[in-house]
Amino acid sequence: MKTVLKTFAAALLIGVAAMGGVAKAEQVKIGIAAEPYPPFTSPDASGKWVGWEIDFVNAVCAEEKLDCVITPVAWDGIIPALTTKKIDAIVSSMSITDERKKTIDFSDKYYNTPTAIIGPKDQKFGATPDDLKGKVIGVQVSTVHAVYAKKHFTGAQEIKEYQTQDEANNDLAAGRIDAVQADSIALGEFLKTDQGKACCDLKGMVAPDDEVLGPGVGVGVRKEDTALKEKFNAGIKAIRANGKYDEISKKYFDFDIYGGATQSN
Amino acid sequence: MELLSPVAPGWGGTLLVGLLHSIEIAVGATCLGLMIGTAGAFGKLYGGPVTRDLLAVYTTIVRAVPELVLILLLYYAGTDLINQMLTAIGYSRVDISGLAAGIFVLGFVQGAYSTEVIRGAILAIPQGQIEAARAYGMSPGLMLRRITLPAMLPFAIPGLANLWLIATKDTALLAVVGFFELTLATRQAAGVTKAYLLFYLAAGALYLALTLFSNLIIGRVEAWSRRGMPSVKEAR
Amino acid sequence: MSAEAVAINMAARASIWLKPHRIVLILIALALVLCAAFFMRWDWLPQYWEMGLIGLWRSLWILAVTCALGFALAVPLGLAQAGGPIWFSAPAKAFCTIIRGTPLLLQLWLLYYGLGSIFPQYPWIRESWLWPYLRQAWPYAVVALTFSFAGYEGEVMRGAFAGVPRGQLEAARAFGMSRWKIFRRIWLPQAFYRALPTLTGETVLQLKSTPLVATISVIDIFAVSSKVRQDTYLTYEPLLLLALIYMTITGILVFVFSRIEARIPVKIG
Repeated sequence: MKTVLKTFAAALLIGVAAMGGVAKAEQVKIGIAAEPYPPFTSPDASGKWVGWEIDFVNAVCAEEKLDCVITPVAWDGIIPALTTKKIDAIVSSMSITDERKKTIDFSDKYYNTPTAIIGPKDQKFGATPDDLKGKVIGVQVSTVHAVYAKKHFTGAQEIKEYQTQDEANNDLAAGRIDAVQADSIALGEFLKTDQGKACCDLKGMVAPDDEVLGPGVGVGVRKEDTALKEKFNAGIKAIRANGKYDEISKKYFDFDIYGGATQSN
Repeated sequence: MELLSPVAPGWGGTLLVGLLHSIEIAVGATCLGLMIGTAGAFGKLYGGPVTRDLLAVYTTIVRAVPELVLILLLYYAGTDLINQMLTAIGYSRVDISGLAAGIFVLGFVQGAYSTEVIRGAILAIPQGQIEAARAYGMSPGLMLRRITLPAMLPFAIPGLANLWLIATKDTALLAVVGFFELTLATRQAAGVTKAYLLFYLAAGALYLALTLFSNLIIGRVEAWSRRGMPSVKEAR
Repeated sequence: MSAEAVAINMAARASIWLKPHRIVLILIALALVLCAAFFMRWDWLPQYWEMGLIGLWRSLWILAVTCALGFALAVPLGLAQAGGPIWFSAPAKAFCTIIRGTPLLLQLWLLYYGLGSIFPQYPWIRESWLWPYLRQAWPYAVVALTFSFAGYEGEVMRGAFAGVPRGQLEAARAFGMSRWKIFRRIWLPQAFYRALPTLTGETVLQLKSTPLVATISVIDIFAVSSKVRQDTYLTYEPLLLLALIYMTITGILVFVFSRIEARIPVKIG
């Protein structure tokens, strides 16, 4: 009988302990998508998250003396996670769009790169709506690319939405889809892998559509957190001015990913 | 094969950490489920009419809606609700970690099933034992502790063991909300290394090992809980 | 007289629902539903209902097909374990253990992302007539769910086959029936009746497994609700409606199965 009681007491304790402590006010939980998205965010073999975006946000947090913790969450639930306060900021290559601005707020942009289409090596086509007529295009769910593909590639046979970018790439390599539309750097990184080299190549950049693709990638914050937003803005400005931004970028890229002041793509 | 090695260039360590998280959640969820289940079973058997109806609604809904939907609903709504309630009554909001949220969500689901298992087990206790306890003048609390709980245990264990096995497998569903457990760890490792088949097979082997190991323990526990009782074969 | 009896019967049935506390509870539930209808956002419904119906249809046919195929596979699995020689029973047992010992989500991903990425490496597969099917996601979903159902139901069928009394089979043999005839006329029907009560539960469990196919890009009803969530940034409304839909299907399934069970004269002897 005692053992039964002990079990119950232990269970209760575990339950209480698991409920955890009170949130520390100064800790900022940085939400990233829990998926490999190289070279921006990806887990290494020891389970640590590495990549340009991790270095970037650490630099900003150091600049603004914020106590930031990286918190991976599912990409397709990242905005609800922000609004229900599971995380405090989204630093996950999220493009600033008017549609998203209805729900959350963004800092200033911190990088901006064109959108590309890749496809199998043995097929020759470009990145125009005509080229993609009758093809199956893979995109990551709830990205600007999904919205763009649906708006512009109306002649496509199907636009397939994947939970993670990696799955879309994998299905392209497996020959299940004919093209993938995504950020040019992320796709470039995929084309550098053995799998990417073997199957696919770059087909081209899509025509610009600022309304859908937005002016670039920003830090997503809750609408009421204007103080946090201002801190991120100040931090981004500071690391751009003091050379930290370029220093981090050089580790990963041989070109400027910030993008011009005026829209080029 | 070196991809599976447990130290840094291999991803074996990551998988093992994922497995550990899966087990943590499964243990936590089963414990929480047991607590909900015991309370629920007593409520269903001895509670007032309103309690009974509410519990019936709870068990029916949980058993009719897919776990994946419940997990999504509770993961976002449940923690949000707790915090809104806390702020409403003047406390600062608590920081509910992914682990706690996972345990809470799966425990809530497990609670509904354990309620039914434990209710059935209590009903299987020979009525005479409970009457005898009452005749001795035991208080309800003492009776619960000394008679009802230990006497129902042998009837409840097969069902509860099954629930434990379900819990270990249901932890995989938390991968969909981005919680780092074995399945998500596998998915990430596979995504980075592109060795999909290898990692999914490895994770399958780990889950299978967990199940087989659990079965071994369950067999022991069952034998222990039935000590002093006539064996099933003899009873037939 | 009989009209009176019917009236009494109906009154008795109604009184189950008309106890005072139940009326209050029902009113509270109604109030909650009305609150949800008025204060939550449902303006997305007209835009998505057509997609929802297609998704619902896909969920339902996946459920029906995998249950039927899974049961067809469960019969030989159960038979092999109950009475087969070791080289039949051991693989069948291993299959059931593996299916029941690993999460369905993992099996699904293993098939779709693991095995699926192996296929295109072989040109003869790419050129075969199977390729157009292997390119799509639903065959993997059907295979994974079928195996899962077969694994669980195979275990049930093992017990059912083993539970048929020896005497019946011996009597059939004494009548000079062939082995196939014994199986068809005596063993299978008896085992089937024994397994019937578990079929309701297994089918409901299978229904609850179908949303997992959304994770390999099959657009079922769950995927439609995810789509609504992502397009509108609403969290609760689509999920609540989805829960309601699944509860309705479960209710219908349980009702239909109880009807079928009542019709089949179960005489286990």
